[in-house]
Amino acid sequence: MAHSDLAVVGAGPAGMAAAVTAAEAGLSVTLLDEQPRPGGQIYRDVDRAAARRGDILGADFTVGVRLTGALAQPGVAHVPGATVWAIEAGWRLLYTRDGRAAEVTADRVILATGAMERPMPLPGWTLPGVMTAGAGQILLKQSGLVPREAVLVGCGPLLYLVAAQMVRAGVPPRALVETQTKAELIAAFRHAGGALRNGPALAKGLGLIAEIAGAGIDRHTGATDIAIDGEGQAEAVRFRAGGRVHRIPARTVLLHHGVVPNTQAARSLGIAHRWDHGQHCFAPVLDGWGETERAGLFIAGDGAGIAGAKAAEAAGRLAALQAGRQAGRLSRGQRDRQAAPLRAALSRERALRPFLDAAYPPHAPALRPPDATVVCRCEEVTAGDIRRYATLGCTGPNQAKAFGRAGMGPCQGRYCGLTVTALLAEANRQSPEATGYYRIRPPLKPVTLGELAAMDAPARDAAE
Amino acid sequence: MKPASPFLELDEGPRVRVVFDGTPLDLRAGANLAAALLAAGVQTLRHTSVSGAPRGPFCMMGACYDCLVEIDGVVRQACMTEVAEGMEIARPRAGEAGHGA
Amino acid sequence: MDWDYAIIGGGVVGLSVAWGLLRRDLRVAVIDGDDGAFRASRGNFGLVWVQSKGMNEPRYARWSQRSAAAWAGFAEELAERTGRSVGLEQNGGYDLHFSEETLAATVAKYEELKERLDGDYPFEVLGHNALRKEEPAIGPTVVGAILHHQDGHANPLNLLMALADDVRRMGGRVLTGKTVTEVTKPDGFRVACSDGTQVAAGKIVLSAGLGAAQLGPRLGFRAPVRPQRGQVLITEKLPKMINRPSLIARQVDEGGIQIGATNEEVGLDDGVTQPGLSHLAAEAIAAYPALARAQLVRSWGALRVLSPDGLPIYQESAEMPGAYLVTCHSGITLAAAHALTLPDWLESTGAAPDLEAFSEARFAVS
Repeated sequence: MAHSDLAVVGAGPAGMAAAVTAAEAGLSVTLLDEQPRPGGQIYRDVDRAAARRGDILGADFTVGVRLTGALAQPGVAHVPGATVWAIEAGWRLLYTRDGRAAEVTADRVILATGAMERPMPLPGWTLPGVMTAGAGQILLKQSGLVPREAVLVGCGPLLYLVAAQMVRAGVPPRALVETQTKAELIAAFRHAGGALRNGPALAKGLGLIAEIAGAGIDRHTGATDIAIDGEGQAEAVRFRAGGRVHRIPARTVLLHHGVVPNTQAARSLGIAHRWDHGQHCFAPVLDGWGETERAGLFIAGDGAGIAGAKAAEAAGRLAALQAGRQAGRLSRGQRDRQAAPLRAALSRERALRPFLDAAYPPHAPALRPPDATVVCRCEEVTAGDIRRYATLGCTGPNQAKAFGRAGMGPCQGRYCGLTVTALLAEANRQSPEATGYYRIRPPLKPVTLGELAAMDAPARDAAE
Repeated sequence: MKPASPFLELDEGPRVRVVFDGTPLDLRAGANLAAALLAAGVQTLRHTSVSGAPRGPFCMMGACYDCLVEIDGVVRQACMTEVAEGMEIARPRAGEAGHGA
Repeated sequence: MDWDYAIIGGGVVGLSVAWGLLRRDLRVAVIDGDDGAFRASRGNFGLVWVQSKGMNEPRYARWSQRSAAAWAGFAEELAERTGRSVGLEQNGGYDLHFSEETLAATVAKYEELKERLDGDYPFEVLGHNALRKEEPAIGPTVVGAILHHQDGHANPLNLLMALADDVRRMGGRVLTGKTVTEVTKPDGFRVACSDGTQVAAGKIVLSAGLGAAQLGPRLGFRAPVRPQRGQVLITEKLPKMINRPSLIARQVDEGGIQIGATNEEVGLDDGVTQPGLSHLAAEAIAAYPALARAQLVRSWGALRVLSPDGLPIYQESAEMPGAYLVTCHSGITLAAAHALTLPDWLESTGAAPDLEAFSEARFAVS
C-alpha cells in the first residue's frame, strides 16, 4: 500500500501547483486525477490541445503547459485515470483505476476538486443537444469539436470566451441569449475599484466582447422566459427579450450562468460550509492556508470558492507550503517568504470577483424554477415536487431526498443540490444556510460491487 | 441517426470500428467516447429509467452521469471513457426493466 | 387542552401511531426533529419481516405476524387515501445460507418456535437447486435457503411520505424542526421545545427513537435503547434479477438492489466505512454473482434503535400516567400494528392487545 506525505486530489491548476510546490519542499506527493491527462477542466488536455489549437483557445489556456510540465519531477507520483470514491480520516484515499479499486494513504490531503457549472434548470434542459458551456469548451479543447448550429444561453465571462473561441474556429454561434440586464452591469460598477486592480483581466473581457461583436453574432440581453424546444433533442431556444418573443433554431444549446465549487469530497468528510451571498453557493470554511477544521485536510482552488485559475494556482501553492511547514520540511520563515507573493496574487485575482458576481448574477428563474421544470436530472424530480415536499414538513434537502429521490441518482446531487436547497429555503422562509445541503457519503462516484468486494479483508487474504 | 454531424471536427486521426446499439461506427482511436459519439451524429446515449426520456452528454466532465452507456456489461460514463477498437456499446438496460416510477 | 395526543417523534413509528389515532377521530400533534436528526425511518432496509423475530419470545413472533398480516389492508387504505403506493410485496422472503450447518441449525430453531406458535409458522427449506428455480441469479456457494411465506418488503420512504401526507390530511398537526426540552404534567401534559413552542395534550407518546434515551428517564421510563449501526448499499437501477427479498439483498421497486446490513456497536456514529462496504459487497456477490458488475450508487449508515433484548418497548409511565413509551427496532414491520392495533392499547379499549411481554418490567433494575 502506497504512503505519501501528501495526497492531492485533482490535477487542475490548484492541484498541480500544490503537488509541485510540496515536492519542491521535500514532501512525497501522490496526485490523483480522474482524467487521463493533467490540466483539470480549465487546462483540459492542454499538452495536446495547446499544440493543435492554441491559436483558437488563446494564451490563457496554453499557459497551462507550464504547470503540467512541472509535474515531471521525482517527488510527484501523478496517478491519472484515478476516480476517488472515498476518503477516510487518517488519511486513506480509495479510488478506482482501470477497473480496479486501490488505495493510497497520506499524512495530509489537499482537495483540489475544482468547480462545476451552476445547475441551470430551464424547461427542456435535459434534452440531448443541451449541454453546459463548459462541456462545449471541453469538446473543443480535448476533442476538437465545435457545434455548428449552437446558441449560447446565460451569462458570464465563460459565455463570451466560448463564443470567441467558436468564432476563431470558424463556426460562430448563432446567437448569445444573455440573461443579465444593462442595469445589473451598471450597478456592478460600484465594484469597479476592485476590478481595476486586475486591469488585464478586465481588458481581456472587453476584448472578447469586441471579438463577438466583430463577428456579427446576435446578442440578446435581459432574456427571460427561456425554454429549449425539441422533440427528442434540442431544436430551438425560445425566450423573451426586448419586448418580444424570439425562437432561434439550434441543434446544440450551451448553458452557463456561473460556476460553483464542487464540494462533494469535502462534504463527505463533514467539513462545515458557509453560504456565500455574493456567489450564491456554499463554500467550505477554511483558514488562511486553505486548511479545514480537520487538521491536515486542505482545500484549494475553485472548490474553496470561485476565483479562477490563477487564484487556484496560488491557493494550491499556499496550502502546499503550510503542509510542508507542518511536516517540518519548511521553516516558518521559508514558508512565509514564499507565501507573500502568492497572497498578493490571490488578493489581486479575488478583487475582480465582486464586479463579475454583480455584473453577471445567476439567472433568477433558474435558481427557483417554475413547478414543471425538472430539477433533479437523475430521478426526474420537478421544482413543484420539491415545493410539495416542503408542505409535507421537509425542512431540509435530506428529508426531501427521502420523499422524492432528488439527489439519489448517480450524480449524487451535484446538479440538483443547490436548486433543492434554494427551493426549500424559499418555501420554508429560511436561509439557505439554515436549510442546509445533502449529506454526502461515499461512494463519491459510483464504483462496482466487484471492485469493492476485492478490498474485503477475507477475500484479499484468500487471494494471496 | 442524423445524416450529418452537428459538429465540425478539427482533428483527424486513425479510426477504429466500434458497435453502438447494434450499429457499427468508425470513431477516432483514443478519442473521448462521448465526444466521438456526438461527432458521429449520436446525440441520445440512453433513456432514463424513470420516464424513458432521451439523454445525451451534458457536462463532459464526469459529474452529471447523463452519458451512461453499457460497455462490456458494465454501465460507465462515455465522457470518462476512451474509444478502443471493438468496443461493444449498448444503451443501459435498466429502462427496459419495467420498473416504473 | 389543544390536543388529545402529543406524539414526540415524527418517524415511521410516531406517524403510524398518529395516523391510527387520527383515524379514530382523536386530535393529534406530532413534534418532529430537524433535517439532520438521526432518522432510522430514512435509513432502514424496508423489510416486512417475520422470520427470525422472537426466537426466544414467541409473543414477539406473534406480534410481528399480526402486523405482517395486517399490512396489506394498511397499505391499501393508505394508497386509497393518499394515492401513494407503498410498494408492498408479501410473497415470502429468504434466509440464505452458505453452509449446511447453519441452515440445519436455523431450521431446528424455527421448528421449535413453530411448535410454540401452534404450528403457525409457514416456512419451507429450499436446497440449492430448488432455490435456483425461484432465483436464477443465485450463486453456487449458496447451499440453500429458508423461505418464509409471511415475509415481504415495502418501500419505506414511500410509507413515510404517505403517512406524513395523510396525518396532515386528517387534521394532524406536525411541528417540524423541534427539539423537546421539557415535559411537565401540571394537569394535562405540556411539552416545551427549545424554540419556545408549547404543546398541551391529554396524553403523550414518546416515539423519538434514540432520542428516548435522554427524554425517557425524565418521564419516568427506563428507556434503555442504544444505537446499533447498519451500513446499507444500493446499486444503480437494474433489470429484474431478484424475486424475493432476503436479509442480504432485495430489489427495490425502482430497480436498484439494496444490500444490507452491518451490525456495529459504534455509538452515535452513522458513517459508512470502506471495510463495511466491501464486506457487504462481497456477501452480496456471493449470493448473486452478477452483482459484481453492478455500480454502487449510494451507501449510508443508519442507527438501529435497540433495546437490550432487541424487542419493542410499550410502556405507560408510572410516574406520569398518560405518557407512553413506544419504541422498536422494526418500525416498518410493525407499522400496521402500530397504526391499527396500538391505539386500542393507548385508549384502553376492550380490543387492547396484551403487550405485557413488552413492558419495561422485563429489564432488571441494576
